[in-house]
Amino acid sequence: MSIRLRLDKPWRPLAAEEVARLPGQLGVYQVGDAQGRVLFIGQAGARSPFGLRSELQRELAERGAGCQFRLEVNQQYRSRWFELLMVHQADHGRLPPDNAENPPPNLGRLSPS
Amino acid sequence: MDFEPSSEQQMLIDQVRRYVREEIIPLEAKLDPDASELPPEDFKRLTDKTKAMGLFGIDIPREFGGPDIDIVTRVLLAIEMAQHRAGLYVPCYGTFGGAGLAQIFEANEGQKERYLYPTLRGEKKAFFGLTEPSGGSDPARAIQTRAERRDNGWVLNGAKIFISNADRAQYGIVFARTDASKGRGGITCFIVDSDTPGFHVRRVVHTLRSSHYATELEFKDCWVSDHQVLGEVNKGFAVANDRLTRQRIPYAAGCIGVAIAAHEMAVEWAKMRSTFGEKLANRQAVQWMLVDNEIDIRTARHFTLEAAEKARRGLPFRTEAAIAKLTASEGGGRVVDRAMQIHGGMGMTKDLPLERWYREMRIRRVGEGPSEVQRMVIAREILGSNLR
Repeated sequence: MSIRLRLDKPWRPLAAEEVARLPGQLGVYQVGDAQGRVLFIGQAGARSPFGLRSELQRELAERGAGCQFRLEVNQQYRSRWFELLMVHQADHGRLPPDNAENPPPNLGRLSPS
Repeated sequence: MDFEPSSEQQMLIDQVRRYVREEIIPLEAKLDPDASELPPEDFKRLTDKTKAMGLFGIDIPREFGGPDIDIVTRVLLAIEMAQHRAGLYVPCYGTFGGAGLAQIFEANEGQKERYLYPTLRGEKKAFFGLTEPSGGSDPARAIQTRAERRDNGWVLNGAKIFISNADRAQYGIVFARTDASKGRGGITCFIVDSDTPGFHVRRVVHTLRSSHYATELEFKDCWVSDHQVLGEVNKGFAVANDRLTRQRIPYAAGCIGVAIAAHEMAVEWAKMRSTFGEKLANRQAVQWMLVDNEIDIRTARHFTLEAAEKARRGLPFRTEAAIAKLTASEGGGRVVDRAMQIHGGMGMTKDLPLERWYREMRIRRVGEGPSEVQRMVIAREILGSNLR
């Protein structure tokens, strides 16, 4: 059984019509720049009124045009969010820039193979 | 046995109950429903408070600066500490501190200086590395991680799974096979620093729980010195086994606390909610669910206190701990399930803590020895210890 650690789905444009089609489910997402560099790893948790859709709508409103996103519907949104942050840190030696500004406390360390 | 709390115990119970209701529950309003951590500033403020209450490090023996609270009283307090949304696994979000790993108290003086004392001061965290992908209920046979003698030390190769805190810990206790020809007599306990080359935390293991996750570990030519052996070579299994048995009693207490909180919610809801022109509380179907809740809670409480009392008096308590763990995890799960049923659709939502407790209670039927293993332990007592 292969276990996928990294969120490697294709990027989609962070645009109103794309975001409006998203499910109102729990999960995790990444926002990237036009070159596909990850800017932020976020989660749509139980406090998000319409789950992934409302989180990405907020991202679009704050960032404007020119960004991309990819997501994963996931009931274990918190542990998966922590895992994605730790994997990014292991791969790049640092958190995505927008997470580095406000990192979660006590984030652990992974050394994924 | 008399299980009514003494006046001193009742005073401590009331103190912890007030703390949970006045300090912990209001904070949860601003946390994600699955969060198991407080913001650092709240955590600091509340740990200062539990220190002022004289209840910080509740499991730490007096000789190491702890409050030296006996296990019966600790069970009574654990029942109170679990009565909030994140009650299981991280009672009061860890603001009462913890003793670290029980095995480290058995370390030699050099190891205590390096690991135990910094842990008690909150400077280091530890993980407990026993379970492997090959199985967790029968660790004596399932341990395939090997440690081989080399260069005045040992080289570890293997894997562990379902290990909590390994990604955040500075060190861990790792059980490895040092003599392949022996079963439980061929296992040694090692202290492994997290920055040791060859030690890897490979991934998060996602389960029903969403926040307090476990990890998968790999040891690849991971060299540790002779000084890192905890206890004696080939005598590590006794260390693990003793810990697993003792841990079952407070583990059961946490289940009881959550069951009490869920039951109280169900009682309140049944008195308030009307369907088809009648309060739920007036319906026999609901009354009987509440009666069954009450019986499950009282049964688990009785057996858990019985196990704690035997442990306190220095009497054998293996069977009693198994009965406590079994009745509390299974009975507590049934209580939460009934409370969800009484709440209807609202019980399924993350607006209420019931769905979180439901998931966490389900895990408690497996963790710390599944129900079937507890029954096996009890059956051996009934049928004789030579039963195979």
